[in-house]
Amino acid sequence: MSRPDAAALDSLLHEIRPLAAAPAENAPGELRVALDDAARREEIAGALLEQGCRFASVFAEDRRAAEGLFFLYDIVEHPADSRYLVLRYPIAPDQPRFPSISVLAPAANWMEREVQDWFGLEAAGHPNPRRVALHDHWPDVHPLLKDFPANTVLPPLEGDPHVFRQTIGEGVFYVPVGPVHAGIIEPGHFHFAVAGEPVIYLQLRLYYTHKGVEKRFEQMPFHHGVFLAESVSGDTSFGHGLAYCLAVERAAGAEAPAHAQVARLILLELERVYNHVADIGAIATDVGFVIANSHATRLREQMLCLNEELTGSRLLRGLVRPGGLRRALDPAALRAVIEKLDSFAREFEDLVRLIESSDSTRDRLETTGTLPPAKARDLGVVGVAGRASGQDLDVRRDHPFDGYRRFQPRIPVFPHGDVLHRMRVRIEEARESLSLIRAAAAELPGGPASVELPPAASGATALSAVEGWRGEILYWIRIGESGRLGRCRVKDPSLNNWPALVEAIQGNIIPDFPVINKSFNLSYSGTDR
Amino acid sequence: MLGILRKSLRTGLVTIGDPIRSFDPPPAWRGAPRFDFPAWRDARPAAAACPTGAIAVRDSGGSREVRIDYGLCIFCGWCADACPEGAVRMARELEPPVRAREELVITAVYETDASGAQTRLLDGPSRGVAAPDRVEAAGAAARRAIHKLLGRSLAIREVDAGSCNGCEIEVHSLNNPLYDLERFGIHFVASPRHADMLLVTGPVTRNMELALLKTWRATPDPKAVVAVGACGISGGIFGRNYAVRGPVDEVVPVDVYVPGCPPRPESLLYGILLAVGRLASSMALRPETQK
Repeated sequence: MSRPDAAALDSLLHEIRPLAAAPAENAPGELRVALDDAARREEIAGALLEQGCRFASVFAEDRRAAEGLFFLYDIVEHPADSRYLVLRYPIAPDQPRFPSISVLAPAANWMEREVQDWFGLEAAGHPNPRRVALHDHWPDVHPLLKDFPANTVLPPLEGDPHVFRQTIGEGVFYVPVGPVHAGIIEPGHFHFAVAGEPVIYLQLRLYYTHKGVEKRFEQMPFHHGVFLAESVSGDTSFGHGLAYCLAVERAAGAEAPAHAQVARLILLELERVYNHVADIGAIATDVGFVIANSHATRLREQMLCLNEELTGSRLLRGLVRPGGLRRALDPAALRAVIEKLDSFAREFEDLVRLIESSDSTRDRLETTGTLPPAKARDLGVVGVAGRASGQDLDVRRDHPFDGYRRFQPRIPVFPHGDVLHRMRVRIEEARESLSLIRAAAAELPGGPASVELPPAASGATALSAVEGWRGEILYWIRIGESGRLGRCRVKDPSLNNWPALVEAIQGNIIPDFPVINKSFNLSYSGTDR
Repeated sequence: MLGILRKSLRTGLVTIGDPIRSFDPPPAWRGAPRFDFPAWRDARPAAAACPTGAIAVRDSGGSREVRIDYGLCIFCGWCADACPEGAVRMARELEPPVRAREELVITAVYETDASGAQTRLLDGPSRGVAAPDRVEAAGAAARRAIHKLLGRSLAIREVDAGSCNGCEIEVHSLNNPLYDLERFGIHFVASPRHADMLLVTGPVTRNMELALLKTWRATPDPKAVVAVGACGISGGIFGRNYAVRGPVDEVVPVDVYVPGCPPRPESLLYGILLAVGRLASSMALRPETQK
């Protein structure tokens, strides 16, 4: 059931004392509250958590030039409101710190450290205030400050990129893995502390593919920004491109025309299907069921070909643009794709039967890599991994956008949080996506593919949310000067979910790590940006 | 078990023929931008539309140099949209991989009038040609050695030096049963110590620079390096900034450049074969019907 368009946040504002006094403002998809003092952040966070709220994104902005301040933002999701609560705290440049809420809300842990690294604002009271987004051997720079030139060439990095915490005990030893891994996957470093085979403690070090994306957005005219958004995480090209476009559209006070809204739903679901089928196969591979993977990779190839037939690009790139789509979907091509989806659906069911009829596969997946629902909630885990651990969250239903206001998916939720359930969520979602695509294609409106956007006012801000195939993608933008962005905050669901991997691996054996990692299948590039 | 067999039998053989010779993408496929240089009246809208600077114009006193760099191109097609008169179109052909960076660059010089329109093609279009000594030095010796030593077998270590993971999707596709790379004796290995070739994706980030260099050093000679995609060739959409070191060839020597964003599996295969000298000479990658 979708959320009523809702008074839950409004009554919250009355209940929580510091919030009640602050000016609040409604904007598309969000309720903005500007606080006058960051000192109240902890008190507010505590009250919000008590109401079952989740901290979805935490970030900062350098507004010293325009307003003489830094701003810290908490984007909070309330379980019964279709708007995100966007809290804004001022931070004076001469007192560059803010109270950390990571002890109360572990979901904010990495994101507060990003603010430290990128802006030089100290998260006072953070339980683990070490660097996360810039490695330990980086010089003392804060790249998202406005007076830090984007093209700064840093001296060659020397020394130890990471100093790991020690794990002490009899027979404990370390297994360091990465950043270059054995498979064809992205780079990251895993530092396992093991005693025998079971993993006692895993430390993650990511951001190897950090490309300064949030800074790069500020250099580009915003009609070009969509290409950068498509390259935040290649496997989510459409999801990120769409989230970016929605944010720009909201800032301009416009909406895509009816055709584009429904077509976007079709394309976003195609992206979900090709990724889910690949992941199902990859999970099978990692427990040695290789023939299932052969079928799965074949099916993914079919989907990539369908993407191409419809859009000209195997990864659905280059079609979405601010204001709609670059061109309308060709009805004949769409009909052909829908026909082929029928045979795809039959083959997909064959694949599911193949995997489910294998007891040894099930034996490896069940109770492996368990992420208990309570942990998932604390860490703010979203998307596939969240729904496999009882977190009933989905942007398509909770904050509907574009075609999802008309076509609503059923949201599968499973309780155990093991590899098996993460696979089950994918199976159910792929099925649901296929029927959504068919329903939407049958009622695809005609008309123009896009509208010209009115120029957005300089200084305007906007928030967009999209349920990519991994989970919730958030873009928060501020319009800058001369057709450029002043700030673009990109939040891939992987950023919320990586810390959960650490919990899920605990007590499992190292040989099960590949399948556990694969069952989350988080994006390194989307996290590192 | 019976179910598995039955499914396999019912599926039958799915592997496609020689992916390069039988290359046949769907009609909607967006290939490489092609330019009708003599008819092109104004390159400025296309240059303004290009998100990566792959199309660049330089005006000086009544003449204009237009530079097309397929190493920067992400094949988005916005240049074609910006030139409604049809001088730029997205052709149904791949931009083939090359051995030297210069070969991806085309330049043309125009005479322009007061309004900035291009009135006459003065020079070109000409494609960059690699200095012969450079090609020789860079890879030919290694190529011959690998070819002689290994004949038809090749081991590749893939290195993601900062990519968005789009290129990884297509590298994975090479391993699916349709492309089935292993039938060519080519396989991906887990360690650089087992590899003859590094397939490097992404702009090299500051954080991956050392890891890439160490991986390259750990790969025994003779070895070849293939830079994959716009990012690997030039930094692509990310360009260069405080976190991005730049293209792969600024960190390790590169033998072959594979344009694309991401390159199609056919392009990757072409680039790999080109790097080990198993492709006699460059050939165009177009669907049969257009040859």
